[in-house]
Amino acid sequence: MKRDANAARQETLLWIAQRASAAVLAVCVLVHLATLIYAVRGGLSAAEILARTHGSTLWLGFYSLFVLAVAVHAPIGLRTVLAEWIGWRGTWRDAFLLGFAMLIAGMGLRAVTAVFA
Amino acid sequence: MDWRARNQAGYWAFLVHRVSGIALALFLPLHFWALGQALEGEARLESFLRWSEQPLVKASEWTIVLLLAAHLAGGLRVLALEFLPWRDWHKGLAALAAAVSIAVGLAFALAL
Amino acid sequence: MSESLRVRVWRGTGDGEYRAYEVPRHASQTVLDVVTHIQRALDPTLAYRFACRVGMCGSCAMTVNGVARWTCRTHVDKAVKGNQLEIGPLRNLPVIRDLVTDMREFFDKWAKARGKFEGGRTRGDDLARVSPDSEDRKLIEAGIECIGCGVCYSACDVVAWNPDYLGPAALNRAWTLVKDERDTAGLERLRAVAGDAGCHACHSHMSCTERCPKGIAPTASIAGLKRAVGRAALRGEL
Repeated sequence: MKRDANAARQETLLWIAQRASAAVLAVCVLVHLATLIYAVRGGLSAAEILARTHGSTLWLGFYSLFVLAVAVHAPIGLRTVLAEWIGWRGTWRDAFLLGFAMLIAGMGLRAVTAVFA
Repeated sequence: MDWRARNQAGYWAFLVHRVSGIALALFLPLHFWALGQALEGEARLESFLRWSEQPLVKASEWTIVLLLAAHLAGGLRVLALEFLPWRDWHKGLAALAAAVSIAVGLAFALAL
Repeated sequence: MSESLRVRVWRGTGDGEYRAYEVPRHASQTVLDVVTHIQRALDPTLAYRFACRVGMCGSCAMTVNGVARWTCRTHVDKAVKGNQLEIGPLRNLPVIRDLVTDMREFFDKWAKARGKFEGGRTRGDDLARVSPDSEDRKLIEAGIECIGCGVCYSACDVVAWNPDYLGPAALNRAWTLVKDERDTAGLERLRAVAGDAGCHACHSHMSCTERCPKGIAPTASIAGLKRAVGRAALRGEL
């Protein structure tokens, strides 16, 4: 019974994290899509992109938030897919997804630093 | 499961949402790696951008943008279904999500 | 109308096959009429369930041309493809024989979701006063008419993918009890319906809502459960 109660609480907290990160991402993605469409008009060169982005604290902060929200959202989403479509459940799956979350966060923040710092 | 049973709007909305999510999750590490190239200096990012001008790559980029728009639209649908008090027009959310995604895809295609 | 229907009917258990029958077509004919004709005139060994014949009991639910429906309320004209009908047992349930499924897991999950009213009063206490206009009562009304026919359970993909998933009917019933101010199960019921065997496994395909012959929206009820469980978790009560 206790294990079931813990599992229920854990699943609920994951659901909350997933929906909360989704709400953050909804804003981030809208901004990102708008920026992309604006930036892409007429092609872009690295010099052009980096000239606009380097040294911008606002964009640095925004995209860091974006990366962290994705690092929460994507692994939780994949968790369900792995369970339902591949039948992979349990501790090893969760460990793998935690690793994936670290990868996304790490590579993402590196990219943010590269473009905005 | 039989396609005759699955052929309704909510199922397609789910499938697009799930498949786009998986594709985006797989694409992200590549995306971050490419951008991280800027750390090695502008020239590395520039050479990557030149490579990405190939038509096949451009088409893939457009597909990713479409998938992102679709995943966002589908996600907003789920948030509406889960958090707003139930209304009959919620059944039409799948179609709305599809329409909005296609609009965004078009906008990106025209900007290219 | 002198046309005949070509009807393929599932015979056997899970390991069976479709067998073809030719059935005279009439105006105003239901799929249950077709099944009844086959059993009475063509093959008395056909096993199927029915009771009221008038859309009140839900016993006659079967898969008709791929879609779960009440056969007594499905006109042949609405479901037929040309002159072809394919009739099988409800999906996601073990097949006892032919068109008859074992409904035990469906009702066991109902119990697991604590879909049973648990009151706190005795016959010595005053009656509870519940306004039919209250928000909670309206939400209950929207889901209370379920007669446990199994169509939603049969239509649900997640039931097919996750053997533990409680399913739309059980969760819908649990929701009507969560909203019932007289019920005392409270947090224990919320714990019973949370988790990936419970409400969190619903991905809003809405097949249940699409197919429910009573017009209930289990998706909405399950969304309500997600919110209730989420609130309890954030308050540290779960």
